[in-house]
Amino acid sequence: MSIFGFHYKLERKAIGLVLGIIVVASIGGLVEIAPLFTIHQTVEDAPDMRLYTPLELAGRNIYIREGCYACHSQMIRTLRDEVDRYGPYSLAVESKYDHPMLWGSKRTGPDLARIGDKYSDQWQVAHLNNPRDVVPVSVMPAYGWLLTTELRTDDLPLHLKAQRKVGVPYTDEMVENAALDAYGQSNPDAPQAEGVAKRYGKATNVRPFDGLPGRLTEMDALVAYLQVLGHLTDAATRPIAQAGGGK
Amino acid sequence: MITQLTRNERQLAILISLVIAIVGLMLGLAGRDDPIGLHGALICATGILVIALVGKGYFAPEPSDERLTRYYDDPSKAGIVLAMVWVVFALAIGDWVAWQLVYPDLTFGQGWSSFGRLRPVHTTGVIFGFGGNGLIATSFYVLQRTSRARLPDQVSPWFVLIGYNLFCVIAVTGYMMGITQSKEYAEPEWYADIWLVVVWVTYLLIYLRTLARRKEPHIYVSNWYYMAFILVVAMLHIVNNLAVPVSLGSAKSYSLFSGVQDAMTEWWYGHNAVAFFLTSGFLGMMYYFLPMRAGRPIFSYRLSIISFWGITFFYMWAGSHHLHYTALPQWVQTLGMTFSLMLLIPSWASAGNALLTLNGAWHKVRDDATLRFMMVAAVFYGLTTFEGSFMAIRSVNSLSHYTDWTIGHVHAGALGWVAMITFGSIYSLVPWLWKREAMYSAALVEAHFWFALAGTVVYVFAMWNSGIIQGLMWRTYNESGTLAYSFIDSLVAMHPYYIARAFGGLLFLIGGCIGAYNIWMTIRVPGAATSKSGDLPVPRPGAVLTPQPAE
Repeated sequence: MSIFGFHYKLERKAIGLVLGIIVVASIGGLVEIAPLFTIHQTVEDAPDMRLYTPLELAGRNIYIREGCYACHSQMIRTLRDEVDRYGPYSLAVESKYDHPMLWGSKRTGPDLARIGDKYSDQWQVAHLNNPRDVVPVSVMPAYGWLLTTELRTDDLPLHLKAQRKVGVPYTDEMVENAALDAYGQSNPDAPQAEGVAKRYGKATNVRPFDGLPGRLTEMDALVAYLQVLGHLTDAATRPIAQAGGGK
Repeated sequence: MITQLTRNERQLAILISLVIAIVGLMLGLAGRDDPIGLHGALICATGILVIALVGKGYFAPEPSDERLTRYYDDPSKAGIVLAMVWVVFALAIGDWVAWQLVYPDLTFGQGWSSFGRLRPVHTTGVIFGFGGNGLIATSFYVLQRTSRARLPDQVSPWFVLIGYNLFCVIAVTGYMMGITQSKEYAEPEWYADIWLVVVWVTYLLIYLRTLARRKEPHIYVSNWYYMAFILVVAMLHIVNNLAVPVSLGSAKSYSLFSGVQDAMTEWWYGHNAVAFFLTSGFLGMMYYFLPMRAGRPIFSYRLSIISFWGITFFYMWAGSHHLHYTALPQWVQTLGMTFSLMLLIPSWASAGNALLTLNGAWHKVRDDATLRFMMVAAVFYGLTTFEGSFMAIRSVNSLSHYTDWTIGHVHAGALGWVAMITFGSIYSLVPWLWKREAMYSAALVEAHFWFALAGTVVYVFAMWNSGIIQGLMWRTYNESGTLAYSFIDSLVAMHPYYIARAFGGLLFLIGGCIGAYNIWMTIRVPGAATSKSGDLPVPRPGAVLTPQPAE
C-alpha cells in the first residue's frame, strides 16, 4: 500500500489524525530539549557563581515589567565584533539562575549582558530618568517614575521562596531577611546593611544606588540589577581550560 | 442570539458564568494588594455581564427544532466582528510604537504607554486577538461545512469565543499594568495561561465532537491543519508556561526553567507559535476559502499531504535557529539550521499548491480583490518561508540576528501572509454568513487591498534596509583593527527607515479601518438576501424534525 493509500485511510479517523499529529510533533522537542537537562557539559561549572540579592531580584522584575528585553539582549554571541564591543561571550552558567532567561532577540539598544560597572550609578540614574539628558539621540523611553516610586519589599520573602522552588539555592536565612536586605543594600550606613555582604558575598554592591540614602526606590532596585549584570561569576573571563564545561 | 439557546443551554450558560464570576471574585480578594486583584475584578465582571445578558433573554420563547437543520453560525459572526475590532486596535498600537522609535517622547511620560509595555500589546493584539478570533470564527464555519454536520451544542462555542477574548483582554491590560512573564509571544502570567488551557481543551472537544458527527467519510485537509493548530499550540503553551507563582494573590510567577534550557524551550515555543498558530491555522483557512472563491478544486491532494506532515514534523526542530552563536550547545543549533532548510520543501509545496489551484481562474484574480488578497498571501507565504530558511543559516544569521531584518521578516509573514489570507477569507465569508449577495462595496475591498499591499511592501523594504545596515555597521572594522562605528552611530543611521516603517504601518492601518467599515456596512445595510444553495447540514438520524431538502 502506498503512503498515499495509507493516508487515504488515516484521514477517515479523527483519533488517528490526533495521535499522528501529537507523535510527529513531539519528536523534535524531545530530541532537542530533553538532553539539555541531562548532558552535564551544557552548563559550565562556576563555583564562584553568586545569587541575585533581593534588591537585584526586585530590579530584575522591574526590568521584566517595563519590557526592557524587547530592545536589549543579554547574550553576547561568539563573534569577534560582539566580543570587541560588549566583552567576553556569554556562557550558559551566567544565566543559570535566570528564571526566566532574558537573552532577548532584538538590539534596538545595545546588549546589556556585561553592562554592570561600565557606567556610574549617577549616569544610570540620569539615563533612566531621561535618556536624552545624557545621550541626545537616544530613542529609549524615559522612566521618570522609578525615582519617585517606593520599592515594594513586603513580598520579597515570598519571591525568594518561589525562586527556591524552581531551583535557586536561597537559604532560610536569606528568605527571612529578604526585605531587610533589600533596604540595607541601598543604605550602607543603616544597621540592615551588615547582613547583606555576609549572606550574598563580599563582592556585593552595597551603596545608595539612586543617590538618595534613606529611601528605597524602584530606581535603587533597577540600578542595583544593572550594575551586577556580568558580575555574578568570573567564569567568562577565566582562561578557557578552567572555565570549560564538565569535570 | 440568546433566543437561539434552549432553556437548558441558557441555564448552563448562567451556571458557567456564575462559576467564572466566583473564581474572579476569589482572585480579586486574594490579590487585593496586587495588580492581579484588578484582573480578578475583570473576570468577575465578565461573568456577571454574561449572566445579565442571558438573564435578559431567559424567558424568551425557546427556539424550534428547525434550528437543527441549519448550521450554527452565530459564534462565527461574532468572531469576525471581534477579529476586526482587534485588528484596528492592535495595528494602531503597532503604528504608535513605530512612531515612538522616531519621536521617543510620544510615550507622554507614562508607564503604560512606554515601548516595552506596548510592544506585547501590539503583538498579542494582532496574533491572538485578530489572528485567533479569525481562526476560531473560520474554523467553526469550515468544520461544519466540510463535515456536513452542525456544531454539537450551542454553549461551548460561545464559551470558547468569549473565554478566548477574555484571555486576550487580560493579556493586553496586564502588559500595560506591568504584568508579564517576559517570554516573547507567551507574556501572559500564570492565571491567564491556566484559563487559556481550559478554553483550548473545550475548543478541541468541539472539533472532535463535530467530526464524530460528520457525514463525510473523509476529514478535509483544512481540518487537519486546524487540528494541528489546536493540538500543538496546546502542547507548546503548557510546556513553555510551566511556572511557580509567588502566591495565589500575586500576578508574578517564576519560570520553571532557567538560562539555556529556558531559552531553548522559549524558542521551541516561539518558533512553533509561528508554525502552528500563524501557519497551520491559516493554511487551514487557505485550503477552504481559496478554492471556494476561485471555484477550482485544490491542485494536488498529494502535495497537500506531503506539506501537512512535513510542516508538522520539521517545524518542531527549527526553533534553535533563534539561538545561533549563543550559549546553546552547537549540536542543537546545527539541528535547528538543518531542519529549517528542509522546511522549505513542505512550505513551498503548500504555496505552490495554492498558486496552481488558481490556474484557470487568473481572470478572477485580476477582477476580484478578495481572491487577489488570497493570491498575494500565498506569494508572501512562499517568499517569507524562503527568507526564513535563508536567515536560519548560521552565517546569514550572524548578520541578521538582533537587527531589524528579523522584524521585516516577521512582518512580511504577518502582514503579507497572515493578514492577507484572513482578509481574503473574511471578505468571502461575510456575505455568506449574513446572507448578502456581495460585500457592501467592492471598491472599498479594492482600496483595502492596495493599502495593505503598499503598506506591507514599504514596511518590509524599510526593515530590510535598516536591518542589513545595522548588521554591517556593527561588524565593520577600520584600518587600525578596531570597530568603526559606535552603537549610537548605527541608531542614528536607522532614523529614516524608522520613519518609512511607521508610514508603511500607517498605510496598512488605514486599509484595516476601511475593511472594518466595509464589513460593518455589509452587516448593517440590508441587501438582497440570498443564501448559498445547499448550505445545510445532513440531518442526523433520530433528529426530531425531518428536514426538507435544500430549496
